[in-house]
Amino acid sequence: MRKTIVSLNNVQKKFGDQVVLKEANFNVQQGEIVGLIGPSGAGKSTIIKIVLGMEKANAGKALVFDTQMPNRELLNNIGYMAQADALYDVLTGYENLYFFAQMKGIKKAVIKKEIQHVSQVVELTEHLAKKVSGYSGGMKRRLSLAIALLGEPDLLILDEPTVGIDPGLKRKIWQELYHIKEAGRTILVTTHAMDEAELTDRVVLLLDGEIIADESPRELMKDYQVNSVEAVFLKAEGER
Amino acid sequence: MMRIIAIAKRVLKELLRDKRTLALIFIAPLVILALLSYIFNVNTTTNATIGAVNVEQTLRTTLDDTSKINVKTYGDNESAKRALADEKVDAIIRNTDGDLYVTYANTDVGKTNVTKAALQGALTKNKMTQLAKAVKTMQEKLPTGRQVIQSSTSSPTIHNSYNYGDGDSTFFDKMMPIMIGFFIFLFVFLISGMALLKERTSGTLDRLLATPVKRSDIVFAYLISYGIVAIVQTLLIVGFSVTLLHVEVAGSIWLVTVTTVLIALVALSFGIFISTFAKSEFQMIQFMPIVVIPQLFFSGLIPLSAMGTWAQWLASILPLKYGASALNTVILKGGNFDNILGNLLALVVFIVILSVGNIIGLKRYRKV
Repeated sequence: MRKTIVSLNNVQKKFGDQVVLKEANFNVQQGEIVGLIGPSGAGKSTIIKIVLGMEKANAGKALVFDTQMPNRELLNNIGYMAQADALYDVLTGYENLYFFAQMKGIKKAVIKKEIQHVSQVVELTEHLAKKVSGYSGGMKRRLSLAIALLGEPDLLILDEPTVGIDPGLKRKIWQELYHIKEAGRTILVTTHAMDEAELTDRVVLLLDGEIIADESPRELMKDYQVNSVEAVFLKAEGER
Repeated sequence: MMRIIAIAKRVLKELLRDKRTLALIFIAPLVILALLSYIFNVNTTTNATIGAVNVEQTLRTTLDDTSKINVKTYGDNESAKRALADEKVDAIIRNTDGDLYVTYANTDVGKTNVTKAALQGALTKNKMTQLAKAVKTMQEKLPTGRQVIQSSTSSPTIHNSYNYGDGDSTFFDKMMPIMIGFFIFLFVFLISGMALLKERTSGTLDRLLATPVKRSDIVFAYLISYGIVAIVQTLLIVGFSVTLLHVEVAGSIWLVTVTTVLIALVALSFGIFISTFAKSEFQMIQFMPIVVIPQLFFSGLIPLSAMGTWAQWLASILPLKYGASALNTVILKGGNFDNILGNLLALVVFIVILSVGNIIGLKRYRKV
């Protein structure tokens, strides 16, 4: 049996009176790519923040690597890429990577090798010496992804990773994600891009803070009797 | 510890690459101090011209002999008034039936005061001369050999000595220590507050907190990096003031540096603290009139002892008061470490309380 990496049990989150997450239940198994989809405001970012320990659930349990979140030490083994690029503009790409490698506690001896590897994955090797302020939107996105990949974390949490990245590179990034999956590492990814949702092992569909579907993209399409995840999405929203 | 140093290094690196901010921290205070020094030194002598109408000869001469005073005689009140309106004279003295009526232009309070003092001085001097004459006449009438009174009429010579500076010391010299403290507070407050605000709005703070970094690591790293900035800033400001503006530092420059570094660290913690209440850089600026400017008013520029109890109480919760007081003690009075220990401790208390507040405050962005 494979290990459960992320497990949310009846997780509820309120901001003031507003309930943003109603009793969310779902698991992510080791080596899975799970896609969180749903319209904006559905609670995707809240789930991610709870898994990272940035927010605390009002009720229920959020376990990562069998440990209750929030837990600071665990972050060592989680790679996070936020929606915002979150980069230091006046530093070079290399300096950004080096800084976050230090923050992740990667040993000095292997930092350079790590940087070399992740920058190859996102095809930024030749731009590492440039300041981030001179990067294009796509390059910033790639650098941001590279930072998340640093240190080969067992769990990757990617918030809209391929927005603004051209199709060729998008395919390459997904190849790398499959690569990571094959190595037994786990990925939780939110996305608006429906073609991307179809590439995941399992889709968790969120609507108004409620999980309304949790199955493979193919099963999901069969259930809704449509032929794309995009159509599922529209249909589910229309039924509300 | 490794992470603290890494963050501090990064903060400094960002700062060094931002040329405009660098200029704001290191050059702007020097420019302002140089301007202040020029303004206060150029305005040291106040001269006043007095229009005299119907004033007796002796008083006019005595007034005219007073330094900084010129006397012009006018035949009638009308022409004198016209001169006053045209700013040709700064005051009119008119004699009506033995009483003196003085009209001041009062556009420059300094000139008014000089005139008042001169008039008072001249009247006293005239009286003394008359008295001396009277005494002399009396003496002549007394039998010879009795000259007791004679010796007491000669006035003693005054010998001035100055504890700090010299007779040419200006208001600028007195202001200087407070200004050093204020500028360091102002610029470090602004820049550090903005820096953390930027980390928050750009998302790098979230990303930083998504690594196993401790919240305290971030706060300590900021303290270290801005501490270093403050040391450089202080040496620059003090060096500039001593060599080019000829300001005297009576005590040790190192004590000045210790004090200003503490001021900078208070400003830093304050800036970070306040930045959590601001949503944008502009909102950060909006805090300046409330948070920074009052500190200058109550920093001792205007003597605190002359203020009401509420003002003194208010001053005691403003950190710049302690910093300015310590700087005053070292720069003006040549105080040693023991003299400023109390003030330094007060600054440390501010740093500790605000830093603890900041470390707890970061919990808003990560729950552990």
